Amino acid sequence: MFTAPDISYMAFAPLLIVLLAGAVGVLVEAIIRTPATRRAVQLALTLVALLGALVVSAVQWASLTAAGNVAQTGFFVVDRQALAWFCLLLVFGALGALLFAARTRAGEESFTSLGAATPGSPEEAEARRRGLEVTEVFPLLLFAVGGMMAFVSTTDFLALFVALEVFSLPLYIMVALARRKRLLSHEGALKYFLLGAFSSAIYLFGVALLYGAAASTSYGDVLTAVLASPGDLALFVPGAVLVIVGLLFKLGAVPFHTWSPDAYQAAPTPVTAFMAAATKAAAAAALLRIVFTALYPLEWELSWMIWTVAIVTMVVGTVVALVQTDIKRMLAYSSVAHAGFILVAFAGFSAQALSAVPFYMLTYGLATIGAFAVITQVREKAEDGTVGGEATRLGQWAGLGRRDPMLAGAMALFLLSFAGIPLTAGFIGKFQAFAAAIDGGGWPLVLVAVVASAAAAFFYVRLIVLMFLTDVPEDQQALVEVDYHPYTRVVIWITAAAVLILGVLPAGALSIASDAGVLLIGL
Amino acid sequence: MFPFLTVLVLLPLAGAALLRALPEGARSRVREIALGVTLLELALGIVMLTQFDLSDAATQQFTETYSWIPQIGASWALGVNGFGLSMVALSLILTPLVILAEWRRDAEDHHRAARYLALILVLQAFMVGIFAARDVFLFYVMFEAMLIPLYFLIGGFGGEQRRYAAVKFLLYSLVGGLIMLVAVVALYFVGPGGEQAYLIDNLAGYDFGTTAERLMFLGFFLAFAIKAPMVPVHTWLPTVAETARPGTTALLVAVLDKIGTFGMITLGMVIFPQASKWAAPVIIVFAVISVIYGAVAAIGQTDMLRLVSFTSVSHFGIMVLGIYAFQQTSVEGAAFYMFNHGLSTGALFLVVGFLIERNGSPHVSAYGGLQKVVPVMAGTFLVIGLSALALPGLSPFVSEIMVLVGSFGVANAAVVVAALGVILAALYVLLTYQKVFTGPTKEGLEKTRELGIRERFVLWPLIGLMLLLGFLPSLAIDYLRDPAAAVVTTVNAEVSE
Repeated sequence: MFTAPDISYMAFAPLLIVLLAGAVGVLVEAIIRTPATRRAVQLALTLVALLGALVVSAVQWASLTAAGNVAQTGFFVVDRQALAWFCLLLVFGALGALLFAARTRAGEESFTSLGAATPGSPEEAEARRRGLEVTEVFPLLLFAVGGMMAFVSTTDFLALFVALEVFSLPLYIMVALARRKRLLSHEGALKYFLLGAFSSAIYLFGVALLYGAAASTSYGDVLTAVLASPGDLALFVPGAVLVIVGLLFKLGAVPFHTWSPDAYQAAPTPVTAFMAAATKAAAAAALLRIVFTALYPLEWELSWMIWTVAIVTMVVGTVVALVQTDIKRMLAYSSVAHAGFILVAFAGFSAQALSAVPFYMLTYGLATIGAFAVITQVREKAEDGTVGGEATRLGQWAGLGRRDPMLAGAMALFLLSFAGIPLTAGFIGKFQAFAAAIDGGGWPLVLVAVVASAAAAFFYVRLIVLMFLTDVPEDQQALVEVDYHPYTRVVIWITAAAVLILGVLPAGALSIASDAGVLLIGL
Repeated sequence: MFPFLTVLVLLPLAGAALLRALPEGARSRVREIALGVTLLELALGIVMLTQFDLSDAATQQFTETYSWIPQIGASWALGVNGFGLSMVALSLILTPLVILAEWRRDAEDHHRAARYLALILVLQAFMVGIFAARDVFLFYVMFEAMLIPLYFLIGGFGGEQRRYAAVKFLLYSLVGGLIMLVAVVALYFVGPGGEQAYLIDNLAGYDFGTTAERLMFLGFFLAFAIKAPMVPVHTWLPTVAETARPGTTALLVAVLDKIGTFGMITLGMVIFPQASKWAAPVIIVFAVISVIYGAVAAIGQTDMLRLVSFTSVSHFGIMVLGIYAFQQTSVEGAAFYMFNHGLSTGALFLVVGFLIERNGSPHVSAYGGLQKVVPVMAGTFLVIGLSALALPGLSPFVSEIMVLVGSFGVANAAVVVAALGVILAALYVLLTYQKVFTGPTKEGLEKTRELGIRERFVLWPLIGLMLLLGFLPSLAIDYLRDPAAAVVTTVNAEVSE
């Protein structure tokens, strides 16, 4: 006998809006033939959908009286925690979409004109000659955001898996679409895809074990089953460990981070910006929900793992970042180190993590999007004056502060925020994460984090020094060009202002974050 | 009530913004504007001095308390007692003098001048903010944020090795600051918590439990010891001193390093009295080592800027000794010494800077017999040098004697050894004077320029103040007696219980 599921469409509206807009985007792709019109329509559709969903989420937030709504029994909940992550992901998505739409002064976009063509093939040359343009990245972005939103609001291990694939597949494709360095881009995408598939498999294996032990894949049922059999954890613990490993892949924690430097470097920079901010946020959110619902009673069994991974992640991320000479790779390793800082907040399973982690991801994500947006603006220039790809070698950034003080100033602000210097958002984020850890008795972990932060400051500051304090010979200066696109600049100014405001006057955002520290099911 | 302290913090920030925003045509006026802002600050400071209620010097005055980040218990809380006021005054006095001392540099490159002066103004805002902060979180934020302008001041302006020096400075300070951060976070959880969890008044006398108190104390102390430079975490200072501009170093050593000792008294002794007492014996040992090591190292230096920085290491040892002897006279003396050392070392760095500006070499061996060529400069140098070795009649003498006399009886051996440092001070000051100024004039130095009007305006007010306070020390000590008594009572009462 089949019973129709009872779906609360209203509660689910933000997610539905985004996914539907993605579907419409696919149609637009087929119907509108002129690239310029298509691009404008896609961008408008994407922004309207994302901002609409944001408004709906905000309205829901305001109208929530209790902890939240169940969108579909046993699979999805829309509680304050989920809504907070919705808003976060939607904002990152909107900023990402703006970056996707930006072009260089020469009218060149970041994506290849024909994704299916082999690099260097006649098809590719033909596509370029005919001025073809990739605009399917916008629906892909919408699907990715929609998948992530499902990812953060699900309360079932299988639904989580489906959501994981929904948001990962568009990302695999987008990583491969870089206009320049196509082979590198393909290689990065392949690595990302293979390791992603690998992590999915590990995750599924963990879910199978949990299902074997609890006879259900719902977080709540697993929790009940763990509590019911405190002596017999032979299946629960390995299952939980494998599930967490699957998520640590997405979070980019050592030793599951190996895809991230390659994927970050290979992807078109706007994709990197979006991916670095949003994927990490989604992974952290899912991990939070799992840890604080299904696996909470296993704290003792799991804390060794969290502690070890956190320490190794911070140390490896920081040390390897120190020796990078490519800015995108440096930021990739810095994001690895940040994954470690996020894990610090998990130490001790203090409920404070439920508000500290969203806030941390907000500050980190804004600074990340801003920093990658700045990277798209600094370009190589050939002898004959044609502007080429991004200048990502560290040395090429020397003297940027002289040429475009505002741009370099914004970059410096983002870097200081990464380093966690007071009066920037990153400091408050770090403070919250450390506070959650200390509250849960994890102060030794915080000490390690502190030393790692101090070392990490070195490579952030090195870039600041390059931009502001290094003199460049005249002939070197001519080889780098500062690009300008209004969309990119808008993203940079929005993120820079947010980083500053969240750093100086964080009270409002903090109170929202602390309201978000509620789970409908769990604890 | 006029919000003196908030204005003192915000005014230089506005000044810095103005300097960067000036239209091209007005760029040549950046120095005048910066000087004007700092003089305005000084004037405000003088008004504050007249309004300060001296009979109640131990109480925080000019207080302002606004909720800032209630979720984590942080407030924008400012206020000064006599002690805080003396430190604020020190920074207000020295900043315009430093700007005046660096007047000639970058006279053509207005952009560069604007950058330098804007950073100095930002630094002044943080200096005032730190000495006036009555909230641990606010103190911490300023403590760390201050590193940014300082980093650019060291790394952007100065000698060849400036980037290395800046990184070394940053790493030392950051490690200390971040460890302090752990203690700051812990303070919230172990302390009373709530929306005003970080107000020093609420934390004073709170019972954290012995272990927690000791651990947190150590977190704070390490940061302060790095800042104050104490052996063995002082090595960043000589590196910075030899590369940075003398003006920058003068501010750094004369004012900013005092944040270390200031924190030891206002945070360490007030919030963690028992732990302070517990750690005092070890700290005193390190203080005495600093005194002797700094003095001996100073004697061995050939670079005058490094020499002066090592003398500071030695002098900071004496201050720390006075603080951790926990006697009325010793703490009062240490607080007074903090002010006097600011005047005397600030002046010393500036006069050495003037000397180096003329010849280009910081090495003692490059000079000789300057006395005959530039008598006024020689005399000025000698007076400032004598203040560094604490000659009676100059104010450092009074404070040094107070520390040594006050600490005697509690830490006899330490005082005896530290007194040796005073003798060594005579050695490095007089030897340097002898090599640079006496004897036959070195070739090529015959045309050395005498101290100009501007330079006299920089140095003589400082000498005047030292003479005034040397003969009438009570003018300053009246501000410090009650605050010192308050902390000493706290520490000793806590422990006798």
